[in-house]
Amino acid sequence: MRRAETPRLLLLIAPAAAVFAAFWLLPMARLAAIAGGGPLGLAAYGAVIANPRYLQSLIATILLAAAVTGATLIIAGVAGLFLARNRFPARGLLVAMLTLPLAFPGVVVGFMVIMLAGRQGLIGEIVFRLSGSRPVFAYSMAGLFLGYLYFSIPRVILTVMAAAEKLDPALEEAARSLGAGHWRVMRDVIVPGLAPALVSSGAICFATAMGAFGTAFTLATNIDVLAMTIYTEFTLNANLAMAASLSLVLGLVTWLVLALARSVAGPGVAAAA
Amino acid sequence: MRRAGGFYAQLAFCALVCAFLIVPVILSVSAGLTVNFLQGVKSGLTLRWIGAVWSLYSDTISLSLLVALACLGATLLLGVPAAYVLAKRQTRWTRLAEELLVLPVAVPGLATALALILLYGGFRGFRTSWVFILVGHVLFTLPFMVRSVLAVLSSIDLKTLEEGAASLGASFAQRFFGVVLPNCRSGILAGALMVVTLSIGEFNITWMLHTPLTKTLPVGLADSYASMRLEIGSAYTIVFFLMIVPLLLLLQRFAGERR
Amino acid sequence: MNASEAASIRLERCAKTFADGTRALEPLELAIAAGETVVLLGPSGCGKTTTLRLIAGLESPDPGGRVLFGEADVTALPIERRNVGMVFQSYALFPNLDVRGNVGYGLKVRGLPAAERAARVEEMLAMMQIAPLAARRIDQLSGGQRQRVALARALAVRPRALLLDEPLTALDAKLRDQLRLEINALLRRLGITAVYVTHDQAEAMALGDRIVVMSQGRVAQIGTPREIYRAPADRFVADFIGVMNRLAGEVRDGAFVCAAGRLPWNGKAPVREVLFRPEDAAIVAAAEAQLTGSVAAAIFLGDRTRLSVDGFGAEPIIVETSGRHVFAPGDTVHLRIAEGALLSL
Repeated sequence: MRRAETPRLLLLIAPAAAVFAAFWLLPMARLAAIAGGGPLGLAAYGAVIANPRYLQSLIATILLAAAVTGATLIIAGVAGLFLARNRFPARGLLVAMLTLPLAFPGVVVGFMVIMLAGRQGLIGEIVFRLSGSRPVFAYSMAGLFLGYLYFSIPRVILTVMAAAEKLDPALEEAARSLGAGHWRVMRDVIVPGLAPALVSSGAICFATAMGAFGTAFTLATNIDVLAMTIYTEFTLNANLAMAASLSLVLGLVTWLVLALARSVAGPGVAAAA
Repeated sequence: MRRAGGFYAQLAFCALVCAFLIVPVILSVSAGLTVNFLQGVKSGLTLRWIGAVWSLYSDTISLSLLVALACLGATLLLGVPAAYVLAKRQTRWTRLAEELLVLPVAVPGLATALALILLYGGFRGFRTSWVFILVGHVLFTLPFMVRSVLAVLSSIDLKTLEEGAASLGASFAQRFFGVVLPNCRSGILAGALMVVTLSIGEFNITWMLHTPLTKTLPVGLADSYASMRLEIGSAYTIVFFLMIVPLLLLLQRFAGERR
Repeated sequence: MNASEAASIRLERCAKTFADGTRALEPLELAIAAGETVVLLGPSGCGKTTTLRLIAGLESPDPGGRVLFGEADVTALPIERRNVGMVFQSYALFPNLDVRGNVGYGLKVRGLPAAERAARVEEMLAMMQIAPLAARRIDQLSGGQRQRVALARALAVRPRALLLDEPLTALDAKLRDQLRLEINALLRRLGITAVYVTHDQAEAMALGDRIVVMSQGRVAQIGTPREIYRAPADRFVADFIGVMNRLAGEVRDGAFVCAAGRLPWNGKAPVREVLFRPEDAAIVAAAEAQLTGSVAAAIFLGDRTRLSVDGFGAEPIIVETSGRHVFAPGDTVHLRIAEGALLSL
């Protein structure tokens, strides 16, 4: 049955393969070619590192993504662990509210940031009432940081909750039976148990923050992340080759980080990437 | 069971995070419904902003729905058979296929869109039609459908089911539609919800691909945030929430049930 | 390890109702002497694991219940302060530590200096005969090896009591038999107070100084293995331990008369039913028979044949014979019950 099956299986996967090849593989190959075919040739790839402006943009993006990842892991780790291990009346509601922003596009998140930290923002209003000065930071790196935090927290909370539920309670009880107090158990049993989930969701968080565009676009003007740089190169400067090579570099870094995450955590990585 | 002191501190922390996430939503909903945002609710409630949004952007709403449904259809036709193939064979080719499939998700939407424009931008008819956007959406959402169906197919004993049906005389088509598909119904449903939700909210790819005549809802949103007053942007966001929140709730309920 | 470190354990009026309303344990009184091995035996859901967890400190008894170690009331102490050693059904070995790390974990938590810790760990590894495994990771160990590591880990901290929750259930039969002997020898040698939970009555009989038979949250009987076997307190214990044959009938003229014959009976109260174990029924010639029936089924088990004999009432009688005679369904059998082997409840 196996031998006869193969042509049929090939036929079934052919449409998906064709669409993918025609609309992703081929265009990407062309993108790579164009990136290498511009005035600088293959050196265009190296230009990312050489040109101080691009390098700065890349570094700023990496730092921002790293900061967001670190903050998200801590915040969502604490919150997710707490929600997974405790039952109380409002729990379902809290979980639903915390995971609602999961599918908000970057634009909407940008708008949320404006609501919080824009010229008429809530945070500004509160601080104004308290101290008289009105901080407006939506349109800066701080605002972007807030925005990335906004859509990263729900994803990591979900992953942490799922992983926490799979933890073997006997391990905790064993540690306790040997005398370990609450924080000891946290350190020796829970965190090591959650490590794969934390690493994989951290990697996804990093990759998403690296490549996010919508939020930066909405908060506009003077934010210097790589996605915006690529966009400006393409639309304002019509510098195709540069935009192409920059986006390929960005794509490569993102893909590497995600591949690393998958190898550590296995196929159980959260689907919402 | 005694509640440790840490319990209330953590609860408060959770509530704070919750507030961070939800309060802006509430604010924007209220902004879209009040006469004047600066004066707040005191200035009265009104639906005129939503009315304005409808007259300005109704085409984006219908286009988003059209693309989402078409995307669903495309991913069902392309993705379900593909998931079946990946479930049946675990060779290095199929593993490669799985890795490749995820690429449009891993690589930033910007790059994917750029590549599409560079190769197909020349075909004017294609470039300016909504199908161009559909292609971007399909590339982005296909892995989610495949993964969802594949997860369910991998968890059932597909081989034995099919052999059982074959031993009773079923042809391939009868087996596929009568045995395989009904058994991965939950995966198809979850995948469908995911695809529609993602398509309605997709921005990164769509922004690069769109033309003034092919604007989807998120594109319109970006437009209104930049150029319209806060109330209209907020009202537009309300419309978006109305479309997406029911889907998200369904997804949550669904994922919760399967666990 | 000396017995003086071992504590006696006492449970007073301990009941347990869970948050969802399930009544897992009715008020229970239990006294365990220092150095004694007590086995909690019963089917699933009988409350034996709940009782163990109450002793351990993983659950608290309902208000009014008390748990005492020696003279000290430990009811309010959580498990991390009770200094017990616990062996879990799934072993619960820490995957992020190797064998040495696992065995030494309790000592590390107690802040023992590294040198002393290393010495104690080596001592434990040698005692459990797993010294060559010291540097292995947990996932490289077999079931039996993991079991030993779990024991070593629990004993390393010199606990006041050793609590074992169905430790052999996850192992195959041969390994189980072997480890059962080892654990038995270990517990005797150490003189430690041990509470052992199992649903396997052979295990219970082999290991326990005393057995607590439980059913539906209540204690059915507490006694030595012999007492439980020879003098079950009620029907449940009689049926749960080994096989018990029942005869329905009535007492008449100093004998118990039933469908299959007469048995000498000098009991006081009138009984409607007597019980006896299969091994107390011998197959004899017709002249010496007290009971007569016909074979319904004969199962050859290798070392003996188990006969299912009809004619005694609603249920067949189980009799075992090690003779070479081959019985066929329909054959007539004559039985004689040993002196003093009849029970009534």
